[in-house]
Formats: sequence, structure tokens, C-alpha cells
Amino acid sequence: MNALETAKFEFCLRLGDSALIIGHRLSEWCGHAPILEEDIALTNVALDFVGLSRNLLTYAAQIQNEGKTEDDLAYMRDVVLYRNALITEQPNGDFALTMARHFFYDVFSYYFYHELCNSADLSLKGIAEKAVKEIDYHLRHSAEWMYRLGDGTDESHQKIQDAVDELWMYTGDMFDTDEHYALLQENNIVPAMDNIKEQWHLKVKNVLETATIKVPEVTYMQSGSLKGLHTEHLGFLLAEMQHLQRSYPNSTW
Amino acid sequence: MENKDHSQGILWEVFIQGNPGIPHKHAGSLHAPDAEMALQAARDVYTRRSEGISIWVVPAANITASSPEDNGSFFEPSNDKPYRHPTFYKVPDGVKYL
Repeated sequence: MNALETAKFEFCLRLGDSALIIGHRLSEWCGHAPILEEDIALTNVALDFVGLSRNLLTYAAQIQNEGKTEDDLAYMRDVVLYRNALITEQPNGDFALTMARHFFYDVFSYYFYHELCNSADLSLKGIAEKAVKEIDYHLRHSAEWMYRLGDGTDESHQKIQDAVDELWMYTGDMFDTDEHYALLQENNIVPAMDNIKEQWHLKVKNVLETATIKVPEVTYMQSGSLKGLHTEHLGFLLAEMQHLQRSYPNSTW
Repeated sequence: MENKDHSQGILWEVFIQGNPGIPHKHAGSLHAPDAEMALQAARDVYTRRSEGISIWVVPAANITASSPEDNGSFFEPSNDKPYRHPTFYKVPDGVKYL
């Protein structure tokens, strides 16, 4: 791969892994959500994310051109080779923690993928155009829950405030960029991350304030996912997700 | 029909319109705390296989239904009036959804 191909490959892993991991996290709610309707909603969203990750990892495998498939990339890479944003791998916790994580990533996805629809790379443009309709819905869903949990009962308010406080330090990592990203930006393939970050903050602040949730004042941000430095949770997630392919390589069903 | 246990929200009836120009049909019911969440739940539960283009959600408590005791006076009088069926008209070719 030349420099531009390497940059595209890394970028597809970044977005594709994030979608796969948050999709997997949401799928863990299947059969466990607090109400039946939400169980179906969360697994619907999980499927949207896994579908999106398939598109991105398939494209990554094409760029890599080593005869690998989306499945090789999903099931045969270990923690340090994963590029998903830290926030996506955080455990489900209670329903409030799941919703806060989902909301933070949805706001990012919303602005990022809408901008990606203008990409000079036609494959990424196509993938983004397909994804934005789903993402619009994801954000509508999680934002409505933020309002209801924040402005609901004392207990729901406390739980969602705790969740927001706990996850806040993982939000900065979503906007981290590297030399690969800079190269893609020079080639009009990806949007300027500063703009996305600014829009994210405005929207999140707006929703949290309406939901009577305090915006955390913490400024320390955990980072490292672009280099494969993850929180301790990703290894356990991959162990479960990759178990079958690792134990019985190339098995199909 | 009022749901006594509000921990899962109240009961809503869901109506889906399958195609433009045809009536909304009853698809089922669900629980939700308010109208917006009922609409979203209806979208997720009843339209994920492209069943519809429009959704109505109605609080089940707001529906007034006839009871089985009404059946005699409501419905039986029309049983011996077949001329009320529009079976004596020819439907032009190409008219759908009649």
C-alpha cells in the first residue's frame, strides 16, 4: 500500500472498528433491555452498526489487497490492532450508561458521516450516504432518552448524570487524528475534525442542558485508541466476539 | 384497557400505512411512556421489514370499542341486505387496492 492507501486503510479501520464494537456492545442488550420495545430498538441499532462496519471493513480489505475479507479483519486482529474509539468499547453498565455512551457517539456519527457524504473518495461517500439515514434515527432515539432520563425521576436523573460524568473523559479520543488523517484531509477525503468537535460540543451541551444534566467540567481526556492503546475492556469483548473463529479457524455456518 | 402498571408506560395501538393512498391498518400494540417514544418504538417493532410509509400511534385508552353484546343490533340487520354490496359494478382494469 502507498501512503494514501495506508491512510485510507487505517481510516476505514477507525470507523469500521468503532461501528463494530459499539454494535457488539448494543447487541449484548439482546434479551436484557428494561422493556421489550427497547430491547428491539437497541438490537435494531446494533444491526445498523454491524452492517455499517461490514461496509467499511470490506472496503478496508479491498484497499489492503492481501486477499483478506471483512471477517479476517473483524475476527483475527487482536486488541492492539483495533482502532475503535475508546468510548465505543466502554461496558454497558446500566441503561443510563449505555444511553449516554450511545448518545455521545451518535452525535459524533451524525456530524461526521454527514460531512463524509462530501468525500472525494466515492466508496466512502457511498458508504456515508447509506449510513446517514440510520444515524439520523440513532441520534433522535438516544437524544430523546437523554431528555427523559435527565428530566425524569430523581433516580433516573442521578443515574444519567453519573453516566455522563463517568464517560466524559473518553469523549475526547473520538476526535483524535494522526498523520494518516491529515493526508486524507489534504486530499478532501475526510472533513476537518475541529469543526466536527465544535459541532459535537454545541449539540451535546444543548441536549444535556435541556435534559437538566450538568455538562462535566473535567478537562482531562483519555486517549490512545488510534495507536491501539485501549482500555482494559476491549480485550474481554474481543475474546467473546472472536471466540468461534479463534477456536475453529475458517469455520462457517 | 388502561394499563395499571405504568412502569413500562401506557398501552398504545399502532396503525401502519403500507402504501400511498391506502388506509392505515392496525398492526399491533406496544408500551411507551409518551407519544414520541411510542412512535419510535412502533418504527422499530413494526416497520423494520419495510412494512410501511406512515405510522399512527393512539393511546389504547382513547379508543372506544363496541362490545360483543352490541353485535346483534349493530351488525345483523345488514345480513339480509346484499344489495348494499357493490358487487353489481364492474371494476375497471388497473384499479388497485379496492
